[in-house]
Amino acid sequence: MRLPSFRERKGVFILMWKYIIKRLLWMIPVLLGISIVIFTIMYFCPGDPAASILGNSATPAAIAEKRAEMGLDQPYMVRLLSYLNQVFLHFDLGDSYFQNQSVMSGILYRLPYTATIAFICILLQIVIGTPLGITAAVHQNGLADRICMVIALAGVSIPGFWLAMMLVLFFAVKLGWLPPYGVGGLQYFILPCVANAFAGIASQARQTRSSMLEVIRSDYIVTARAKGLSEREILYKHALPNALIPIITVVGNGMGMMLGGTVVIESVFSIPGIGMYTTSAINNRDYPIVMGGVLFLGALFSLIMLLVDVIYAYVDPRIKAQYEGQQKSWRRRKKANG
Amino acid sequence: MANSAAVSVKVRKKKESQFSLVMKRLSKNKLAMAGFVIILILFLLAILSSWIMPYNYDEMNMAERFAGPSLKHLCGTDEMGRDIFSRLLYGARASLSLGFLATIISTVIGMAIGSVVGYFGGMADTVIMRLVDILQAIPGILLAIAISACLGSGFMNTVIALSIGGIPMTVRLLRGSIMGVRKMEYLEAAQTINCSVPRLIIKHILPNSISPIIVSVTMGIGNTILMAASLSYIGLGVQPPTPEWGAMLSAARTYMRDYSHMVLFPGLAIALVVLSLNMLGDGLRDALDPKLKK
Repeated sequence: MRLPSFRERKGVFILMWKYIIKRLLWMIPVLLGISIVIFTIMYFCPGDPAASILGNSATPAAIAEKRAEMGLDQPYMVRLLSYLNQVFLHFDLGDSYFQNQSVMSGILYRLPYTATIAFICILLQIVIGTPLGITAAVHQNGLADRICMVIALAGVSIPGFWLAMMLVLFFAVKLGWLPPYGVGGLQYFILPCVANAFAGIASQARQTRSSMLEVIRSDYIVTARAKGLSEREILYKHALPNALIPIITVVGNGMGMMLGGTVVIESVFSIPGIGMYTTSAINNRDYPIVMGGVLFLGALFSLIMLLVDVIYAYVDPRIKAQYEGQQKSWRRRKKANG
Repeated sequence: MANSAAVSVKVRKKKESQFSLVMKRLSKNKLAMAGFVIILILFLLAILSSWIMPYNYDEMNMAERFAGPSLKHLCGTDEMGRDIFSRLLYGARASLSLGFLATIISTVIGMAIGSVVGYFGGMADTVIMRLVDILQAIPGILLAIAISACLGSGFMNTVIALSIGGIPMTVRLLRGSIMGVRKMEYLEAAQTINCSVPRLIIKHILPNSISPIIVSVTMGIGNTILMAASLSYIGLGVQPPTPEWGAMLSAARTYMRDYSHMVLFPGLAIALVVLSLNMLGDGLRDALDPKLKK
């Protein structure tokens, strides 16, 4: 096979960029949509923030004045537009009602904790889940398969926060090896990450196994075997690349699960991350924080899904071929015009 | 007359054989059958809990607070001396009905939207699918948290919060599977004999595109139960003193250092239900897999 020339590769590269930019632009309506949905949900929340800020002793007149000051007396559309304007044109998520701090700085201050947990979890999911699934698929119906699948089935069935509690009881309370809660050095992240990653590892193993099984049965694997390739070569050069697409999808979706999971896990371990910030704001009815937190995590998730789509396009030869086809027609057109 | 009767008998027989084929494949799968049996037993226990529980679920006995598991109290007692085993049995009602109700509501709504959108396509399809994209960009548990923060805690509010999050996935799933059958000849045939659109969708399209939905419902119930428990845990959802499993865990977290049995058993109950639902779902997926049809 002839290798693509540098010029051809450059063409594919440009088209890929076009694709990435198109996907990036599509994120704008998605983010607008998320903020409209979240704003609308919060708009219908009961309770008056003005009254709760001023406390029980406030007079109705003072409350009304505060409401006017906060813009709470405006109609829905006006408030929505001013919120969108504030978020998208000034990158400002508003100010917390009760903490003397803007929501954006509150989130950025807490982001490292959440990001660390999510990153370690996704790493664990890929590094442990994928080999587990491959092993299970290669030894289908064997002992290894049974063990892997029992672990995987348990993983998707156990509530993450309960597993976290059990891990704390065993490793922190009983053995005293690890700190039970709080933040500090790396050892503080071990239990939360293991608890949060378990479900991800399990679903990764399940998906890897089923897509590997589908590939292993196909004709080109038989051909590769007939050619006399070693099992190792067959597995890693022929089977795995073809099974990658569904596996990558699970990584992307798993990221959403991880971000959601950290919200609950942070509350088990009292980790001051974005999840803790958001959930504790619910109890105070500090709506700007709730809106900001959900919007921020939603945006993060969309960005990750974009990344997954781009990786797709690089990994899947069919998608790449589509671009090469486009590129050829593009060059032909150029030739015809010039 | 006799002829048409014979035809209808034949058709019915064929339909049954299709269904029984799936059931036969399913019944060969031991894991799936085990899951099915466990779910059935748990259902029975939940329904009969008022009669079979050894103590009343909110009967307090301060003399026996924090008692460990024993023959008298199978799973021990909690901070008010209530029997945890009885609370688990009675709580199965809340947890199971929460999971089933929320999933069924979201599936019915999602199927209605998905089938219309998948059948008609066009502008409505574009708009609805973009909306689905937006809702799916919010991680599920976060959406549920936001909605139940707004609605407040309580059983029905939690059901609503959990079911809204499930709608987009059903829409997407059903739409995809309807797109697959839309160009089939039997639909063209049905159209040529003047079959009305609702009949076409309900009688011809849905039965041929429903198998991914069946699997996703089974798995979805398990996921919903997990999410409901998480919601209760962070202080939303169903709240104590209602004996819901997640709420029991949430109440027990204060005492878990010293009385680990209080968190052990409710968690095991949740894991058991979700595990059996997942086993059944896996089995159903294999049984419904068209590649296995002979």
